[in-house]
Amino acid sequence: MIEFRGVSKQYPDGTVAVEGVDIVIEPHTTTVLVGSSGSGKTTLLRMINRMVDPTGGQVLIDGTDVATVDPVRLRRGIGYVMQNSGLLPHRTVVDNVATVPVLTGVSRKQARARALELLDTVGLERSLADKYPSQLSGGQQQRVGVARGLAVDPNILLMDEPFGAVDPIVRSELQQELLRLQGELGKTVVFVTHDIDEAFLLGDQIVIMQQGGRISQAASPAEILAAPADAFVADFVGAERGKRSLHLTEVDGRTVVVDGDGRPAGVLAP
Amino acid sequence: MNLFVEGFAWILDPANWSGPGSIPERLGQHLAVSATVLLIAMVIALPVGALIGHTGRGREAAVMVSGGLRALPTLGVLTLFGLWIGIGLTAPILALVILAIPPLLAGAYAGFESVDRRTVDAARAMGMRELQIVGGVELPLGLPILVGGIRSASVQIIATATLAAYLADEGLGRYIFQGLKTRDYAEMLGGSILVIALALVVDGCFALVQRIVVPAGVRATRTRELRSRPARSRAATG
Repeated sequence: MIEFRGVSKQYPDGTVAVEGVDIVIEPHTTTVLVGSSGSGKTTLLRMINRMVDPTGGQVLIDGTDVATVDPVRLRRGIGYVMQNSGLLPHRTVVDNVATVPVLTGVSRKQARARALELLDTVGLERSLADKYPSQLSGGQQQRVGVARGLAVDPNILLMDEPFGAVDPIVRSELQQELLRLQGELGKTVVFVTHDIDEAFLLGDQIVIMQQGGRISQAASPAEILAAPADAFVADFVGAERGKRSLHLTEVDGRTVVVDGDGRPAGVLAP
Repeated sequence: MNLFVEGFAWILDPANWSGPGSIPERLGQHLAVSATVLLIAMVIALPVGALIGHTGRGREAAVMVSGGLRALPTLGVLTLFGLWIGIGLTAPILALVILAIPPLLAGAYAGFESVDRRTVDAARAMGMRELQIVGGVELPLGLPILVGGIRSASVQIIATATLAAYLADEGLGRYIFQGLKTRDYAEMLGGSILVIALALVVDGCFALVQRIVVPAGVRATRTRELRSRPARSRAATG
């Protein structure tokens, strides 16, 4: 379980990135931090592996304050997937995936064998193992990034806009892959995005952040749709624009779902 | 033109290829002095440059210091050290080290800085220690530019190491100073040609090394970039 208790972050120049945040993230669930840029969502994510230290409050993992843990040891136990994959350009795919296990003392041979298995897990051909990142497509690079994040078999997987830089078709593929993986592996996933549709698709819990690093609402997707906490949330999820206020009409004897603007969104399954 | 012929004739004269003060001996001394200077300057400049490039701090100070060092006339510094320390190799080596530090420093910090900060950030977030980031990420990726700094320093050292003969009986510069004194222009020119040739050969060797140290994965990108995008502007290392 990951817990944020009254967490704040103020930079020396006075900028407040995060203010008074309380979140509880249950194990084996996916929590999506969503908000526009400057809402502090990435800062919050990076507090979990101490890439950013809070100036107020505590971040706890299974009851232990992360501030008391050596940052390098902490990070080696947490998977991290970032936008643009962040792969090391001078190492092959398999060596990239094996990087952290080798650092923690696993033999190179064992680490590479495990890395090849992970390529299977994320749906990549083993023939790509000896290629360099620059020889892969953007979507393939992101899959390698996910494999690397899973390399030490962490309980926690942090994902910072991992699918932000790929085209919509590949993004939707990767999203489905993540759902499949999460169904198999059951990690505690913390996912940052600015795309509310992605958040609704992936999240068990959605945390909507607003400017100034405050939480507007933290709840399940259904609860957020049913009862937006304020006008900001309603606008952000699109309820105001009618995108998500659907109603039913009869067409030729079938029930069609229509959105607030009158555009058909689908058919009600019989 | 006649003088050049005489210069080459002097180089080819078998009498100059054996005995004390022969061309091979002077060439060896010249290389030894240059290598010593390069090594000392690298020990001083490369760690400092790496630290600046890694932390991104102290760049202004480094630019100021190396700019200052660059402005010092080596002959003047050499005379000063000579008067202070006396005849021998110590003074020329010190003067040459001062000459070599700016390009090495610039090469090191430019090389380390050139590494994409997102790559470094990802390495850190994975749990690499700072020294592992320096050795395993920034050094291999920044090496071509760093070697460029060594290359430019080595050529400057070899050219200027002729001044060692001003205070010591060492190196190819001896022919130049001796020829000047005895008005033996063939010897003077012959010595100069040897220095130029040595500088060019060493420059060529480092150019090759610079190519070899480009990591394979980066080379793969670069060939593709060459086709699709205009070349990136490179950091100056001279």
